[in-house]
Amino acid sequence: MSETPTRTALRPTASGRLQAWLPRLVLAPSVAVSLFFVYGFMLWTFVLSLTSSRMLPSYDFVGFGQYARLMANERWWVASTNLMIFGTLFIVICLVLGALLAMLLDQKIRQEGALRTVYLYPMALSFIVTGVVWKWLLNPQLGIQAMVRSWGFESFEFDWIVDPDMAVYTLVIAAVWQASGFVMALFLAGLRGIDDSIIKAAQLDGASLPRIYWRVVMPCLRPVVFSAVMILAHIAIKSFDLVVALTGGGPGYATDLPATFMYTHAFNRAQIGLGSASAMLMLGGVLAILIPYLYSELRSRKHG
Amino acid sequence: MANVIRRQTPAAKLWRGVLYAVLVIAALFYVLPLVVMLMTSIKPLSEISAGTLLSLPQNPTLAPWTKAWGEACTGMRCEGVGGYFWNSFAIVIPAVLISTAVGALNGYALTKWRFKGSELVFALMLFGCFIPFQVVLLPMAQTLGWLGLSSSRAGLILVHVVFGIAFTTLFFRNFYVGIPNELVSAAKLDGAGFFRIFWRILLPVSAPIIVVSVIWQFTQIWNDFLFGVAFSAHDTQPVTVALNNLVNTSTGVREYNVDMAAAMIAALPTLVVYVLAGKYFVRGLTAGSVKG
Amino acid sequence: MRIPLPVFKKSALALALAAGTALASTAQANEVEVLHWWTSGGEARAANVLKELLEAEGYGWQDFAVAGGGGETAMTVLKSRAMSGNPPSAAQIKGPEIQEWGELGLLGDLNEVADAEGWNDLLPEIVADIMRYDGQYVAVPANVHRVNWLWANPDVLEAAGVEMPTTLDELFAAGEAIREAGFVPLAHGGQSWQDATVFESVVLGSQGTEFYQQALVELDPEALGGEQMVAALEDFKRLRELMDEGMPGRDWNIATAMVIEGVAGFQLMGDWAKGEFTAAGLTAGEDYLCAAAPGTEDAFTFNIDSLAMFRVTDDAEREAQHTLARLVLEPTFQEAFNLAKGSIPARPDLDMSEFDSCAQQSMADFQSTADEGGLVPSMAHGMAVRADVQGAIFDVVTNYFNDADMPAEEAAQRLVSAAEAASF
Repeated sequence: MSETPTRTALRPTASGRLQAWLPRLVLAPSVAVSLFFVYGFMLWTFVLSLTSSRMLPSYDFVGFGQYARLMANERWWVASTNLMIFGTLFIVICLVLGALLAMLLDQKIRQEGALRTVYLYPMALSFIVTGVVWKWLLNPQLGIQAMVRSWGFESFEFDWIVDPDMAVYTLVIAAVWQASGFVMALFLAGLRGIDDSIIKAAQLDGASLPRIYWRVVMPCLRPVVFSAVMILAHIAIKSFDLVVALTGGGPGYATDLPATFMYTHAFNRAQIGLGSASAMLMLGGVLAILIPYLYSELRSRKHG
Repeated sequence: MANVIRRQTPAAKLWRGVLYAVLVIAALFYVLPLVVMLMTSIKPLSEISAGTLLSLPQNPTLAPWTKAWGEACTGMRCEGVGGYFWNSFAIVIPAVLISTAVGALNGYALTKWRFKGSELVFALMLFGCFIPFQVVLLPMAQTLGWLGLSSSRAGLILVHVVFGIAFTTLFFRNFYVGIPNELVSAAKLDGAGFFRIFWRILLPVSAPIIVVSVIWQFTQIWNDFLFGVAFSAHDTQPVTVALNNLVNTSTGVREYNVDMAAAMIAALPTLVVYVLAGKYFVRGLTAGSVKG
Repeated sequence: MRIPLPVFKKSALALALAAGTALASTAQANEVEVLHWWTSGGEARAANVLKELLEAEGYGWQDFAVAGGGGETAMTVLKSRAMSGNPPSAAQIKGPEIQEWGELGLLGDLNEVADAEGWNDLLPEIVADIMRYDGQYVAVPANVHRVNWLWANPDVLEAAGVEMPTTLDELFAAGEAIREAGFVPLAHGGQSWQDATVFESVVLGSQGTEFYQQALVELDPEALGGEQMVAALEDFKRLRELMDEGMPGRDWNIATAMVIEGVAGFQLMGDWAKGEFTAAGLTAGEDYLCAAAPGTEDAFTFNIDSLAMFRVTDDAEREAQHTLARLVLEPTFQEAFNLAKGSIPARPDLDMSEFDSCAQQSMADFQSTADEGGLVPSMAHGMAVRADVQGAIFDVVTNYFNDADMPAEEAAQRLVSAAEAASF
C-alpha cells in the first residue's frame, strides 16, 4: 500500500503517456462521427440552402433567395407557430403529468408494477401506430364523440381534429399519451433516489406532505427535469411520423410542423433549396433555445 | 420516499381512495388506444364499417391476424409481415450492441478520464440527438454511396449506430458521473490501465444503465421507418417498411382489421421488451443515471 | 510428372476465364429491380402478371415496393438511391417528373423497343409526349386513369327523386334534394389531393376544357387570376355545402364506402374508386352509376402510371429492361392489370369486351377526346405541372376550401403567386 504512490510518481513512461491519450483515442471516433455526420451534414444543408436545388442537389448559388422565399411563405409561419405551441404544451404537460403520476405511484401502491407498465408501454409503439390509432379515436364520426353521443349526450362535441384552429392540440394529446409514461419513469427513478432522511427530517419538523414535495423534493429532481426536457425536446423537434399519421398536416395545412414542411418541400415538391433553408431555420431556432438551457444546467452542477 | 411515516386517519383513507381513483382513470387513458386496436383487429371488415370504433366485436375472428402474419400483400409478395422480422432483427441487434458499447466507453472516458474540454466534447456530441432524420437523408445517401454501402444491411446498421451514439453516450455519462471517482483513482494508482479499469470496475456495476440503453436503442431502431425505407434494398427491408406497404396502399382496398393486427405484430418485440424489462428500466434509471 | 509450363498456364487461364464468366453472369444476373407502390392485394395480383411474364422470358424481377402518398414515399426513396449512386433498374415515375429525371441524364433509351412495337402509332400523341425525353422514349405507360368521374348510388338518387346531373347547377339542385331526403349529398375526404381533384373537375366543368388548359396546365396568370377562375372557385366552395361535417382528413375509400352503403349520394373521384365498388361485389350500371363529372362530358382528365427505365451499363440488365418495357404495353398485361385496377389500358386498340360498362365508356371517351380534343392531363395527380407548382396550388386550394372567410378573388390571386413563386 505504501509503495504504490512512489511507483506511479516515478513512471512517466510510454505506456503512461499512452494511457493519458487513450481516453481521447476512444472518444475520437465518436467525435469524428459527430463532426462528419452531424455538423458536416448541417453544413452541407446550409450550403444547399444557398442554392436553387430542385429535385436533387445542384450547386447553382442564389445567395439568400431561398430564405427570402421562406419568410414570404405563409405555410412556413404556420408550421413554426405550431412547433412553438406543440413543443411547449407537449413538454410542459408531459413534465407535469409525469411528475404527478410518479408522485402518486410512489405512495406504496399495490399493483405498482402493473400500473407502471400501463403508463410506460405507449413508448414502445412507433409514432405511426400512435398517430393512426388516435386519428380514429378523435374522428368525430367513429371515435370518442360518437361513443359519448351514443351514451345519450347528444350535444357532446369533440371534433378538434377537423377544426383548423384546434387540430394542433390533437397532436399534443397523442404525443403526451406516448411520452408521458417515460417521463413518469424518469421521475419515479429520481424520487426513489432521494435520501429518505431528508424527508423524514422535514416531516418531523411538521411539514405536510404536499409542502414537502414542493419545497424539498422538487429541487432534488432538477437533473431529472433536465434529462426529461432533453428527451422531450428531441421528440418534439423530430415529430414527423406523428403528424403524417394523425392529421396529414391538415385540415389544409393547419397542423404542419417544420419537419413535415421541410420533407414535403424537399422531397415531394422537388424544392431541396427551400427545404434546406427551412431545416436550417428549424435547427437554428432549436439550438437558440437549447444552448442556453444546456449551458445553465451543465454549469450549475459540479460533478465529482 | 416510500418509507416515510404515515398516519392512517379517516381523512388519510379518503385521500388514499382518491389516489387510487386518479391512478385508475389515468390508466384508462393509456390503455384505451390499445383496447381499440385489439378490438378492431379481431372484427370482420363488415363490422368495422358498420359500427363505431369502440363498439364491441360481435363476431370476433383471428383471421386478420393470420392474414397479417403470413398472407397480406406488401408489394408483389403476399406473405404478410412475418418474414420481415428477420430483417429487422439483423439490423437492430448489431446496431444496439455497437452503439451501446461505444456509448459506454464514451461515457466512461468523459467522466473518469476528464481532460480539458471534455464537457465541451460531450455537449457537441449531444446535438446529434436533435437532428431530424429527414434533414440528413440525402447527404447520408451520398455518403453511403461513397462508402460503397448503399442499400446494404451494413450501411443501415452504420446509420443507426451513428445517430444512436449521442443517446447512449448521454445515458452512460450520466450514470458514470454518479459512480464515486475514488474507486477509479485508487485503481489508477495501483497501475491499472484504461480498459482494465473499465472491465474490472465499471462494467460490473453498469447492468442497470446497459438495460436502459439497450431498451431505448432497441425501440428507436426497431420503430424507425425513414432510414429503413431509404437505405434498404428489396431483400433487406425491415418490418416497418412492410407494415407501411400494408397499411398505406394508395388506391387499393383497405382492410383495417388486418392493418391493426399487422401494427400490433410489428410492435410486439418492443412491447414485450417494455413489459418484461420495464422494471429493470426504472431500476436502471434509479441507479444514478438521472442524478446528473 | 512434370507438366510443361505453357500448357499448364494455358489450361489455368482457360479455367480462370470460365470461372470468371460464370461468376460474372451470376453477379449480374439478368434481373430488373423494380420500384413501385402497387401494394394492395388487387394491384399486387395484377402486377404479378407482369412479373410472371418477365420470368417466362428468362429474366428475373426483384420486387422493391414502397407504399404511401400516391408514390411520394417511393419517390423519396428513389431520390435517395439516385444520390447514393445506384438507382433501381425501373421505377414507377409519372408525368412531368419523368422529364426532370431525364434532365439529370439518368434515364435509359427505349427507342429500340418503341420502334419495334410501333409505339408512335399506338399511343395518342399527348401520352407519347409524356413518355419521351428529348425525342427518346424513356418510360412506358401501364394504364390510363380517368379522374373526372362522378359516382352515385342509384337507390339514394331514387329516394331523393333525382337523376344523374350533367351540369354543376344540376348537381347543386340534386344535392339539395338528396339532403332533404336525409342523405349526405356529396361524400368527400378533406385531404389536399382530394380537394384538388374535386377542384380541377369543377374548373373543367364550370369553365370548360380550354380554360382548364390555360389555367391549370399552362399556368397563364390572366387565366389564373381572372373572372373565370373566380367563378370556378366560387362553384368549388359551394360544393362544400353538399358535404358532411366529418369530411376533413377522411380517406378517399371511406368516402366511397359512404356511397356504397347508401349514406351518401355522390362522390367525385377518379376511376380507382371502381375498385372499391367491385370489391363490395357491386355491378356497374346497376348497383352503382358512373358518369363524367358534371359539365365535363367532352373532357377526359388523365392520370397515367408509367414505368421509367434507368440507364444501366450491364447488357443483360438492359435486355431485361427492354423486355419489361415491351411486356408492359402488350395486351396480356394491359388487360389483366387494368381489369384489376379499374383503369383502362394505355393501348386504345385493345378489345374491351371483358371490361365493365364504365371502363368501356371511359375508353370510348379516351379515344374521342384524343382525336377531337379534350384529353387533358390531371393537375391534381402530377400530370400537368411540376411538383413544386402543384404543391403550391394544393396549399391555396385546400386552404381556401377550409377557410370560411377567404373570398374567391383572394384565392385566385394566391393561385397566381403560387404559379410564379414556385419556380426559382
